[in-house]
Amino acid sequence: MVMADTLPDEKTPRTAIVADGVNVHYGTKQALFDVDLDIKQHQVTALIGPSGCGKSTFLRCINRMNDVIDGCSVEGRILLDGDDIYDRSVDVVQLRARIGMVFQKPNPFPKSIFDNVAYGPRIHGIAEKKADLEEIVHDSLVRAGLWGEVSDRLNEPGTGLSGGQQQRLCIARAIAVRPDVILMDEPCSALDPIATARIEELIDDLRENYTIVIVTHSMQQAARVSQRTAFFHLGNLVEFGSTDAIFTAPKDPRTESYITGRIG
Amino acid sequence: MIYTIALAALAAIWFASWKMGQGQARGIIAGGQRMHSLPSHYGAYTAILAVVPAVLALLIWSIFQPLIIDGMIVSSLPPERQALDDLFLNALINDIRNMAAGNPVRDASDPVIIAAAAELSGWQTTANFMLLALLGGLAVIGLFISRGQVVPEMRARNRVERFVMVLLILSSTIAVITTVGIVMSLLYESIEFFRRVPFYEFLFGLHWSPQTALRADQVGGSGSFGAIPIFMGTLLISTIALCIAAPVGLFSAIYMAEFSSPRARSIIKPLLEILAGVPTVVYGFFAALLVAPLLRDGGAQLGIGIDSESALAAGLVMGVMIIPFVSSLSDDVITAVPRSLREGSYGLGATRAETIRLVIVPAALPGIVGALLLAASRAIGETMIVVMAAGLTANLTANPFEAVTTVTVQIVTLLTGDQEFDTAKTLSAFALGLLLFVVTLALNVMALRIVRKYREKYD
Repeated sequence: MVMADTLPDEKTPRTAIVADGVNVHYGTKQALFDVDLDIKQHQVTALIGPSGCGKSTFLRCINRMNDVIDGCSVEGRILLDGDDIYDRSVDVVQLRARIGMVFQKPNPFPKSIFDNVAYGPRIHGIAEKKADLEEIVHDSLVRAGLWGEVSDRLNEPGTGLSGGQQQRLCIARAIAVRPDVILMDEPCSALDPIATARIEELIDDLRENYTIVIVTHSMQQAARVSQRTAFFHLGNLVEFGSTDAIFTAPKDPRTESYITGRIG
Repeated sequence: MIYTIALAALAAIWFASWKMGQGQARGIIAGGQRMHSLPSHYGAYTAILAVVPAVLALLIWSIFQPLIIDGMIVSSLPPERQALDDLFLNALINDIRNMAAGNPVRDASDPVIIAAAAELSGWQTTANFMLLALLGGLAVIGLFISRGQVVPEMRARNRVERFVMVLLILSSTIAVITTVGIVMSLLYESIEFFRRVPFYEFLFGLHWSPQTALRADQVGGSGSFGAIPIFMGTLLISTIALCIAAPVGLFSAIYMAEFSSPRARSIIKPLLEILAGVPTVVYGFFAALLVAPLLRDGGAQLGIGIDSESALAAGLVMGVMIIPFVSSLSDDVITAVPRSLREGSYGLGATRAETIRLVIVPAALPGIVGALLLAASRAIGETMIVVMAAGLTANLTANPFEAVTTVTVQIVTLLTGDQEFDTAKTLSAFALGLLLFVVTLALNVMALRIVRKYREKYD
């Protein structure tokens, strides 16, 4: 792995997540090889690479979503604020409450918009009173930039919204649990360009309060929204550094080939 | 016999004409011309033209030939025999037929029968030749017509496909027509019944005792046809059955869909479905000989009087019987809930239990309700278990420890054995059947509507 230059940031941000020698197997097939990566707080880190390169697999390691897949095994350590999330003492439910996730295809529950956002706070007992719950729902929808569009129809089903609105509803749903980190797995791949632009703006706003890791197929998107970019290829982390450096002066020939469109 | 030969001949014609049409088309293609359809389409078209008219002719022939020949026999009989009433005339014709076929006959020395039988075999031979000639002629005409039609412009594929479509439509109408026929016959007999017993008495009467007096001086048995007690019995037993099947079926479906390993599921699901394949009569004696006595003895220990034929015993066993209906269908609808919804829930930090309770079951609920309604209509229509374990006396009660009777049991007892079809007693079975049909139909329609609504739910 070639490390790009450190960020030309005014002050070095705190590290939120450290991956240390992560190997992932699906059955006998190895999907990730010895990945080391550190993710800074309140930044957007983009994971790019061709299909099947392991970027989504790595993303799903961070909130242990791979646990629910049969035959998937994860080795190595992933530290969240210094604690290994694969440690026996970690409750995966609490972990996922700290690390929210937004999926490739918008997947609102077949419930009302309100209930979609209130789902997380309810199961985690975050809101004691109804007024508190309403406030959380309101705040989350405001932060997800959806409040203005749905404030008068909170009781209508979330599945009735447009694709872009559904994806922002899913973001609101994730925010409502008050996570530290939000993982996004190609959040715009099912959306049209206008909805994509809205989500990208939203990601930029969310960076202030959350650490964001986004998997994307679109290099332009990575360049637009992220501060740091990791390039995966065939299960290896090839290059990782500031987005500017990756896109203007890639160190590894494979990164250069991918960015200039020769592979992938 | 002749029909076997005819069918075999038609099958041979089918293959031969197919090959002929195909070969003809191939010849044209080999000659350098482009055909509209594939050679096999021309083959199929030729075969259809040659065989289908012949098959239709055969069908019509098989209906009318016996009638015509019977008529000819009758008209050849001596006048005093022709004047016999229908019953004796039919017996006579049967004798003649048997004699002609070489079967033993009541009165083999009757000269009239011997003469008629000889004449009959002669006619039958002629008829058989005529039939074969007719079929052969139709096939030849069909082949002749198709010969001129196998040309490049002819759209054989479209015609063959239209023929297949007609065939499909005919097949589907058979089921529809049968249903309509069943409903019509039920309706007809029910109307007969309601001429004798007013329908309000049937629908709202509280007393069921279908014994009617055969003679005016007989004691008792004035007959009363209030269907409420027996429908209550059906309802009671079905409710008990659903109380067993709904939770057990649903929970096993949740286990299979959400918790079991694929290996365990591949074993458990077929095993549960075997339950649906056990003949109901086996469940019946299981209920009558094992469960009912156990309940009675157990009840005696606890000081509860449980009849040896109780609604509880029949209901329990019926509940076991319909578990696979609930579990298998519910398993399917639960598995059909998209993975993305599960992951969305897990990603928010929900546990498996929370995900099932708050996301999966609500999303699958319409499908589950559909499964329950299908199971309920199955329970309502179930006959054998209740015949063996539920009892015969109509008893208006909600106490599951008592013997009750059900609609299906009453229909069985009303119609088994020799019955006269002009009394209210026998006809009441049809009215019961009609009412049962309406109830289960309503349940099925409801179930289907709910299942359809479920399909629109997501994606």
